[in-house]
Amino acid sequence: MIQYIVRRILQTIPVLIGVSILVFSMMHLVPGDPAQIMAGESAPQEQVDNLRERLGLNDPLPVQYFTYVSNVVQGDLGNSIRSGRDVGDEIGSRFWVTVELAFYSTILAVFIGIIAGVISATKRNSFADTGIMIVALFGLSMPNFWLGLMLIQWFAIGMDLPSWIPFLENTSWFKPSGWGSFSQIVLPVITLGTGSAAIIARMTRSSMLDVIGQDYIRTARAKGVKERIVIYRHALKNALIPVVTVVGLQFGGLLGGAVLTETVFAINGMGRLVIDSISARDFPVVQGTILVTALLFVFVNLLVDIAYKFLNKRIDLD
Amino acid sequence: MGKPNSYENILEIKNLQTSFFTKDLELKAVDGVSFTIPKQKTLGVVGESGSGKSITSLSILRLIEEPGKIVGGEILFKGENLLKKKESEMRNIRGNEISMIFQEPMTSLNPTLTIGEQIGESFRIHQGLSKKEALKKSVEMLELVGIPSPKKRVKQYPYELSGGMRQRVMIAIALACNPNLLIADEPTTALDVTIQAQILDLIKNLQEQLGMGVLLITHDLGVVAESCDVVAVMYCGQVVEYADVKTLFKEPKHPYTIGLMKSIPPHDQDIEGDLEVIKGAVPSPAEMPTGCRFAPRCPFATELCKTKMPELQTDENGNQIRCWMHTDEWDGVKDREVTVHG
Amino acid sequence: MDKQKELLNVKNLKQYFPIKGGFFGRTVNHVKAVDDVSFTVYEGETLSIVGESGCGKSTTGRAILRLDEPTSGSVEFDGTDLLSLNKKEMNQMRKNLQIIFQDPYASINPRHTVRQILTEAMEIQNVWPKEQRNDKVIELLETVGLGAHQADRLPHEFSGGQRQRIGIARALSVNPKLIIADEAVSALDVSIQAQVLNLLKKLQREFKLTYLFISHDLGVVRHISDRIIVMYLGKIVEIGDKKSLFENPKHPYTKSLLSAIPSTDVDKKKERIILKGDVPSPIDPPKGCRFHTRCPFATELCRTEAPELRSTDENNLDHQAACHHMEKFEAESLQPMA
Ligand SMILES: Nc1ncnc2c1ncn2[C@@H]1O[C@H](COP(=O)(O)OP(=O)(O)O)[C@@H](O)[C@H]1O
Ligand SMILES: Nc1ncnc2c1ncn2[C@@H]1O[C@H](COP(=O)(O)OP(=O)(O)O)[C@@H](O)[C@H]1O
Ligand SMILES: [Mg+2]
Ligand SMILES: [Mg+2]
Repeated sequence: MIQYIVRRILQTIPVLIGVSILVFSMMHLVPGDPAQIMAGESAPQEQVDNLRERLGLNDPLPVQYFTYVSNVVQGDLGNSIRSGRDVGDEIGSRFWVTVELAFYSTILAVFIGIIAGVISATKRNSFADTGIMIVALFGLSMPNFWLGLMLIQWFAIGMDLPSWIPFLENTSWFKPSGWGSFSQIVLPVITLGTGSAAIIARMTRSSMLDVIGQDYIRTARAKGVKERIVIYRHALKNALIPVVTVVGLQFGGLLGGAVLTETVFAINGMGRLVIDSISARDFPVVQGTILVTALLFVFVNLLVDIAYKFLNKRIDLD
Repeated sequence: MGKPNSYENILEIKNLQTSFFTKDLELKAVDGVSFTIPKQKTLGVVGESGSGKSITSLSILRLIEEPGKIVGGEILFKGENLLKKKESEMRNIRGNEISMIFQEPMTSLNPTLTIGEQIGESFRIHQGLSKKEALKKSVEMLELVGIPSPKKRVKQYPYELSGGMRQRVMIAIALACNPNLLIADEPTTALDVTIQAQILDLIKNLQEQLGMGVLLITHDLGVVAESCDVVAVMYCGQVVEYADVKTLFKEPKHPYTIGLMKSIPPHDQDIEGDLEVIKGAVPSPAEMPTGCRFAPRCPFATELCKTKMPELQTDENGNQIRCWMHTDEWDGVKDREVTVHG
Repeated sequence: MDKQKELLNVKNLKQYFPIKGGFFGRTVNHVKAVDDVSFTVYEGETLSIVGESGCGKSTTGRAILRLDEPTSGSVEFDGTDLLSLNKKEMNQMRKNLQIIFQDPYASINPRHTVRQILTEAMEIQNVWPKEQRNDKVIELLETVGLGAHQADRLPHEFSGGQRQRIGIARALSVNPKLIIADEAVSALDVSIQAQVLNLLKKLQREFKLTYLFISHDLGVVRHISDRIIVMYLGKIVEIGDKKSLFENPKHPYTKSLLSAIPSTDVDKKKERIILKGDVPSPIDPPKGCRFHTRCPFATELCRTEAPELRSTDENNLDHQAACHHMEKFEAESLQPMA
């Protein structure tokens, strides 16, 4: 197992190199002169030249790349063009906001998705199954910024409900913006988690149905095991094996989805930072955020692979 | 376990009917099967694939799943009708008084639980043992079924065991609670002959030790001849012949039984020329013949056979046959040559 | 029977599959699936290979056809060294050597009709002029016991036995000389199995085919073969003509294999040699005689020295077995170890 983990970590090295090359070349793939773009259309030539010199853009590409990588390894992501502050500092606290948002959303998605999937599979073709699958389809097809806006409308601004409905005259339970307190967290997490919950529910259902048809489930029943235990002890663990992979991929997707959600809920996270930096052509910040996100993604997938291996003892350890 | 009941036979099935319901079609997988397993005896059920052997055995444990349903008949286990029992009573019987082992040792064990957990589960459910006691008993069971270094094996996962070993584990699970009846559905079909010999030998020894009845399902007539006391031959969801093993192999009566015996090339004798074959193939369930189900393939079939289904006839020794040739109504040629391999 | 033409000559065939492992997927060991196997198939005969699963029967068949490239050895077919052919030449050569699998469904395109399947095979090998191919399809179907009306059906519309007939028809469509049948009847019910066996025999008579018949069923093998090879753990332990091998098996493994088969004779209670344990792993096969770990007669010699194939009968030099103690069995002077 240890050997596997070590090997798996070593295997991420080429991925990281690939990511760094990609992020590095971003600046050079944009049409036009990066220095000119960063300095702004109307900047005087002298300023552009200065900037080019400062960024080392006159060096040959490989040299630039190695300078970039060695800076990154030392924790130096460069300085923001907009604010002049260190990119690491810019990302700093925002990074944890986004991670929290994605993490809570994943927890929510996993929790709801698995429960719904299991119910759906065990009560196949029932009313509950059909209901869950229809809701899941909605969850999948709803753009999350729209869901966010609706949630704000209903539960933060509040609906005008007839006054004879008890307790519900005012539904403005949550805050429409910001991050930190419970009432601020709920709506964005639901917004971001719904799509993944739907995907996980569908995945769990099909995986569960597959497992329930396996021979060893029949063996368990023939042993006299109670149906509930057949499902949770014998079927679920096996059914979760493919779901784990999906959860890992979903987490990556959530990091992307966070951009929209943060914008809708005015949360000061990395997503907002990227959007603002892109519109301001603040390349070092864009590069830094993408790099950090990619690293996070690689790290999460590493965890997922290890969890997968742990669940699935059948895979040879090497 | 109810009141003490005197019974002759450990299991008696009467006119069992199990069907699968598809869109406006009833597929009669088991259609009026009756047979008896005397106490501590082995009944062999033979027949080609699709003849309803597995569905019959799953019906006994009431493990038929949607869209299948037991639609009629009686299953008397120790004199009590299992079809009248509540689901919770059935659960107490499964794995405790009646156990089952399946054809595919490679897929019949849960890949994510250890061998010990899977055997121990039976002890925990039916005897309320603690985890530790159950594990200890599991080691004993592995020893009983002849698995070397059982203390190490209980901690292993199924993928670490060979097919023959896994089938031994299945037997250990099945026998954990000393069942009165063991149902073995093609337990050796997926195994090599040398391993088959080990497993059949093991089942036989344990049967003598524990005094249980065995329902052995197989498509291998050799296995039947060597391991069974009585035999039921199934064709298209029905028993066509039921007899003690000596009678069946020496004087097979049903043309299907005879055909089956002739189609197997023996390993201990040479056959000159071609094998005798049963012509055609098993009819698809959707196009079941209205008369005798074997009539389209039977060399002796007459108009009577094609139009009317024969009843199961019982002779003075309790042997049964479902064939018009063995009734007074027979209208065809009476004298047939019956020889099986020389 | 003597002075027959040698059609296929396999010499010192080895097939080692690498096992990858360690940090960077180095080859850490090998599965010695087939380990130094030599035999000859004569024209017009049926030579069978029997043995327990995993002993290397299929691998031998695949290596002959170069479906997997063998590790070493030589395979000579009708005077041509198959292993020296390039890809294109080998593909042309496949016209002469066809294979039928246990599950024909796995090797045919499920979306092609039987007609397409057969025509395609003919096109690849460019046999029969285009305009004759359709007639040939019908003729083939009738040869294997299917009807012309079934030519435009898809594989899933056929039963297992019928699909096997399609597999046979496809093999026949290119007029092969040698057919390797790998467990071709093993998945079939006995009544259908008998039909297909009869068909194979009929085709052999009609088209002068040569069969390399791979099976684990000794009854089937006895019925169809002229000669038989018994394999154990990648090696040949016994080879001989059918009669003498079945009636006078020399190797203790062959004996126990034969004795393990249940017989339908309810009167005869036969002596059964029940082998202990499982077949060892082909990754690190036992030293000396590979069978010694399960052999009831194994001695120190068996544990250290690998026996060679040899004959004990001057009148039947073709019946050979690889056991140190065959003479003692014949003299009945060797008893099983406790
Ligand atoms: N889940 C199912 N749905 C529909 N038909 C089924 C199902 N399971 C079995 N059958 C039908 O029941 C018949 C008997 O099957 P089975 O008892 O498995 O045969 P055997 O064990 O003798 O090979 C077959 O014709 C099969 O098609
Ligand atoms: N492609 C392969 N890679 C690795 N091992 C293989 C491969 N093919 C077969 N083997 C191994 O080689 C041995 C012989 O296999 P096979 O020839 O299929 O046996 P048989 O046909 O006699 O049952 C087995 O141990 C099998 O696991
Ligand atoms: Mg079955
Ligand atoms: Mg094989």
